[in-house]
Amino acid sequence: MADSQIPPRLEEIVEDFKLAEGSEKLELLLEYARKMPPLPEWLHDKRNAMEQVHECMTPVFMFAENQNNQLHFHFDVPEESPTVRGYAALLSEGVDGSTPEAVLAIPGDFYQEMGLQDVLSPRRLQGVHTILAYMKRLATKELAG
Amino acid sequence: MTESSHTYARPEVLVDTQWVAEHLNDPNVRIIESNEDVLLYDLGHIPGAVKLDWVSDLNDPLVRDYLDKEGFEKLMSNKGISNDTTVVFYGDKNNWWATYAFWVFQLFGHTNAKLLNGGRKKWIDEGRELVTEVPSYPASSYTAPERSDAEIRAFRDEVLAAVKSGDIALVDVRSNDEYTGKKLHMPEYPQEGAIRGGHIPGAANIPWATAVNEDSTFKSREDLEQIYGNKGITGDKDVIAYCRIGERSSHTWFVLKYLLGYNNVRNYDGSWTEWGNSVGVPIEK
Repeated sequence: MADSQIPPRLEEIVEDFKLAEGSEKLELLLEYARKMPPLPEWLHDKRNAMEQVHECMTPVFMFAENQNNQLHFHFDVPEESPTVRGYAALLSEGVDGSTPEAVLAIPGDFYQEMGLQDVLSPRRLQGVHTILAYMKRLATKELAG
Repeated sequence: MTESSHTYARPEVLVDTQWVAEHLNDPNVRIIESNEDVLLYDLGHIPGAVKLDWVSDLNDPLVRDYLDKEGFEKLMSNKGISNDTTVVFYGDKNNWWATYAFWVFQLFGHTNAKLLNGGRKKWIDEGRELVTEVPSYPASSYTAPERSDAEIRAFRDEVLAAVKSGDIALVDVRSNDEYTGKKLHMPEYPQEGAIRGGHIPGAANIPWATAVNEDSTFKSREDLEQIYGNKGITGDKDVIAYCRIGERSSHTWFVLKYLLGYNNVRNYDGSWTEWGNSVGVPIEK
């Protein structure tokens, strides 16, 4: 596997969180939750083909669309779970267009730089870790073809 | 209050959505939202409701314990709550964290407390108003007694004594897979730190959400008596409820104490994350 590295947009997002102080971090996360795009129309009848993140109490579904070896992750997360939506939205935006290899190269603890552990309990933090793990699983499937 | 809630042992602790809608501007009432999801309040809440976070507001940052007298007084003052204010709790996930906050308030004897039956879900399902505006209330003065744990909170050594004597009914309110030790965490929740799976010897298993209907309101007293009675959790015994960290079991504590009127019910907040990791205590699978 290539050296661990973070896609440029995700790096910027991490930096934004790092600079935000205290409750600003939560506001930023909420912004991502709010602006998460709805599941595209063409995926509505493909929910069965989507991956469910079983570790989340919230039903989280994700789908990796592969366009010329660039991955686009689509998520479906209930509005009543803004924290999980926020994670999914920032990851989706942060890695959009990355190759499967690049997704796999994201260090599992990349989010620690964001300082969310100061405002979220360990359990609430674990969501971001879990969602990334599932994204990597889908990236591995794409590599396997 | 709904028709059926009149039959509960302490019907005054429940209010319905209509009651809350009629008391939005009542200066003697403070509505408090307490959620599992820390951002949910900010997406929209009942007009005038304040947010209470179980991590940042109720837990001590350095000791595995709840806030102390001074901390509680300061919290109440910040939320504009006086000693005679009626507090009404509601929240997500069947009022799970709302009953936890309710329980912590009882450690400080704030008995003028109620729960919105059906919680956040029912309010939203009825199409009632949500706002994003965060209210600010003038700081109040609040005098709390020292926190009193003895009556409603159980500690590990007390539970161990109960296991040995066998004269206290233990109820494990986690899922059956956690109870049997098949899983160390809630279904669909991340794994969270206990090195052994199983339950406290002699505990009955009644998952907490068994107590609520589809619409998040509580089941009738008759149904609840049957659910708990059938597993030996009856009012003639002292009862200790536990789960993983004491949040789900505060929901059951609420049901047994207020809806069924059991005299002596305690919540063991150390729960499985303490018991499952403790040296020298027995478990059962």
